[in-house]
Amino acid sequence: MSSDGTATPRDTAGGLHRPARPESGPPALGRRRFLGYVLAAPTLVAAAELAPAAPARAAGTSSAGAASSAGAAAGIPSLEITDLLDLNDAMTIAALPTSGLITVEVHTDGTVSFALPRAEVGQGITTSTAMLIAEEMGVPVDRVRVTLADARPELLFNQLTGGSNTTISTYTPVRVAAAVARLRLLRAAAAELDAPVGDLRLDAGVVTGPAGRRIGIGELSAKAAALRTEAESVELKASEEFTVVGRPHNRVDALDAVTGRKRFTMDLQVPNALPTMVCRPPTINGKVGSVANLDEVRAMPGVTDVVVISTGVAVRARTFGRCVDAVRALRVTWKPGTAEGKSDATVLKELRAAEIPIGLPPLTPHVEGEFTFHFRSNSALEPNCAIADVRPGRAEIWASLKSPIVAQETIAARLGLPVGAVTVHVTEGGGSFGRKLFFDAALEAAEVSRKTGKPVKLMWHRADDSRQGRTHPMARSRVRIAYAGNTVLGYRQRHTGVATDLGHGLGELLTATVAQLPVGDAAFSQVFFQLSQSMPYEFGVNSRLLNETDKGFNTGSMRNVFSPDVTCARELMVDRVAAKMGKDPYAFRRDLLRDDRARAALEAVAEAGNWGRAMPAGTAQGIALHTEYRSVNAVLVEIDCRPETVNRPVRDGVAGPRVTRAFTAVDVGLAVNPRGLEAQMMGCLMDGIALTLTSSLHLRDGHFLEASWDNYFYTRQWNTPPEVEVIVLPDTTGKPGGAGELGVAASMAAVACAYGRATGTMPTTFPVNHGTLSFEPKPTVPPVPASPTDGLDHVR
Amino acid sequence: MPEHTFRLNGEQVTVDVDDDERLLWVLRDVLGVTGPKYGCGINVCKACTSHLNGRAVNPCAVPVKDLAPTDEITTIEGLAATVGADLHPMQRAWLDQDVAQCGYCQPGQIMAAVALVRRVAEEGREITEADLDGIRNICRCGTYPRIRAAIRAGAADM
Repeated sequence: MSSDGTATPRDTAGGLHRPARPESGPPALGRRRFLGYVLAAPTLVAAAELAPAAPARAAGTSSAGAASSAGAAAGIPSLEITDLLDLNDAMTIAALPTSGLITVEVHTDGTVSFALPRAEVGQGITTSTAMLIAEEMGVPVDRVRVTLADARPELLFNQLTGGSNTTISTYTPVRVAAAVARLRLLRAAAAELDAPVGDLRLDAGVVTGPAGRRIGIGELSAKAAALRTEAESVELKASEEFTVVGRPHNRVDALDAVTGRKRFTMDLQVPNALPTMVCRPPTINGKVGSVANLDEVRAMPGVTDVVVISTGVAVRARTFGRCVDAVRALRVTWKPGTAEGKSDATVLKELRAAEIPIGLPPLTPHVEGEFTFHFRSNSALEPNCAIADVRPGRAEIWASLKSPIVAQETIAARLGLPVGAVTVHVTEGGGSFGRKLFFDAALEAAEVSRKTGKPVKLMWHRADDSRQGRTHPMARSRVRIAYAGNTVLGYRQRHTGVATDLGHGLGELLTATVAQLPVGDAAFSQVFFQLSQSMPYEFGVNSRLLNETDKGFNTGSMRNVFSPDVTCARELMVDRVAAKMGKDPYAFRRDLLRDDRARAALEAVAEAGNWGRAMPAGTAQGIALHTEYRSVNAVLVEIDCRPETVNRPVRDGVAGPRVTRAFTAVDVGLAVNPRGLEAQMMGCLMDGIALTLTSSLHLRDGHFLEASWDNYFYTRQWNTPPEVEVIVLPDTTGKPGGAGELGVAASMAAVACAYGRATGTMPTTFPVNHGTLSFEPKPTVPPVPASPTDGLDHVR
Repeated sequence: MPEHTFRLNGEQVTVDVDDDERLLWVLRDVLGVTGPKYGCGINVCKACTSHLNGRAVNPCAVPVKDLAPTDEITTIEGLAATVGADLHPMQRAWLDQDVAQCGYCQPGQIMAAVALVRRVAEEGREITEADLDGIRNICRCGTYPRIRAAIRAGAADM
């Protein structure tokens, strides 16, 4: 590690070599036979292992230790792991008798419940999980209640929601637990009905015997329970017998969503958890110097507390309206932040300086391109928020968290409490897009609650969320493709970004600690980069390298992480090399794809979108492909870049080129819920459109200018393609792949390729409108805008 | 603190809050009506969209003192009752199309959609693509195409 924070890269030419994936979950006894458990309980509780066994745990500890000593040897102060989690905590956690199990419970009212150790943030995993349980047990989906599990430290890194991994990692364990429940119910029914299990049918939540006698599972629950925990071996249903899985299902929470009954963190009524906001600095991560009028603000109507915290000045009041006024009234002197004086231009210079050389130009013909991707926001519509109730000796937190174990352990360390004294409830999230991998609001809420001695419901103002919230780092990508005749000889890509904070690790504190070490973090992001990128084309020798610089920004993974930028740069250069060879972009890609699944997806969109059809000048098609998460996605779009479209009037928004038609074909292997998958691909498409055309943050003088949804131009209805078709391809693998982030990369790339073909100029800066500031920036002091008073003038 | 009274989802309510307290916080923080969501606080994202006497209003921009005692505020919680059913046709259309992803913006989207359909009907015409393009409610999950389809279907049943 050099003094400017850049890391030494590791070359992994080839790119397709990946380490074997560690398998976890229930022990397999045969192709479809697995071991599960019935736990001692008054009613039926069936279980399966989710967390890997002990050796993996030991490995995690030793790797943390190794990275720690490596850091010390290099003269870099290292974090003591024991500051955060001591040996006793770890031993207690590891010794929990139910360590690593997930449980399906059958209740006497005939319902089934399951606490999913993942975060539902809109991606539909509560629905797909309910479908898996319903399928395996033989109960209706609407009788399965899937809730989100509290932080369970014994699950180690198996309570992280990320990497589009939920269905991949829980598909088998959830089914095993459900199958155990089914087996036990059938056995209990056999005794009741005096008939062999083989003569019974469990269907729609009812067991039917030979003489047509019927018993509901609610009635059987106590009889199927175990007095002591027992192992059960079960055979899972063959996929040919599926009647629920693989068929479109509406979301299980849809009724709550459309009636306003769905409860997000800020909708929870925790006694005395009053609204709380923070007056934040005018520059990124500035610190409080002094506050001139603390007492005056404390005396404002409705205000109960004003305290200085590590990130600003917190205000607790009767309503959020009173908080906004109090935040605006505070007169604070601020100390500099971590990006003082920086702007887009200075960061671009840093990135250029940190770029890994791409090497001397080859002697063969080649194409080369350089691309700039500006900062983008991963703000969800629900801003950062959390409820905290910190008392002497214990704390309770409510928040939507994708890494709740790390949150729990970090909060415990900050409060000086044992991990077990901090309860972390995972609430339903109003979107994530990577934002909820971190727990910035939960940490703040805990700090404010401790300092005031009162429960708080803490919310970031939209302006805070946009200006001080985490971002997708600014990056540059340089691509060179060498070719001769009709053959591509080699592919090189050098991706250089502001450092992406992967400090949530793999969801568990020991790995998170590694990621916080300067050396460990560099290695971790390199590993992440290499594991997430692949080359779908026969492009000869290829290498892709990541380098990162500047840790002064609040960053994090944004949906699909490195892939949208990396893929967009690649696909634009694929178009360029195809043009050099005089080939059609679609035919060129199809001929060079390494994999039949990818080829089928590409062919599907080319056919549905009628690739190559005649189009007016100023409009064009674009096509692109991305493979990740054991899945494949191809996207074809048509774009209209004619002046009358680009300049159509939109109040307080960006019109710009319009994607008029979009086709996205997806092969995730087994699609548990095709309707949910379609929704994810649609959302990914909207993200991709925004990334190419409209959405970015502008950095000026140490702060981002964007403070509102009318400053940060995520796709709006006027940018939405009037025609969208999602094509879910038939199951090619029999196993679910990842989907939640899959579609962003190819969508972004296809829009960029279409834009290049429509305008005749390959775009090299993203989004394409970044050079034009399309709004008037709001002041940074006070940090939040006044609440409007003219609402009645806009009633319509 | 002064008392303010208005009608909320069919009932008269009276609250003891400052004159300039925005309606959104009266609903959410004082009355516990949490269907209308906060997304920006400056009448931009439209996540709090509700109805004032049947038309779209954004409570984050309305000081409570601006409401008259006879003004009827309808939030998503009270929408179905306006048609005397368990669900409003627009909510049914939303379910049929499986519109929601995270669901955070959905109460505001549905309230905006109902107001749009009413407005267009008053103008004696059908919903157009331009009407749909003109909806400002943000959905950060990007379920816009399903929103468009649901509005057309819901309008047919209203």
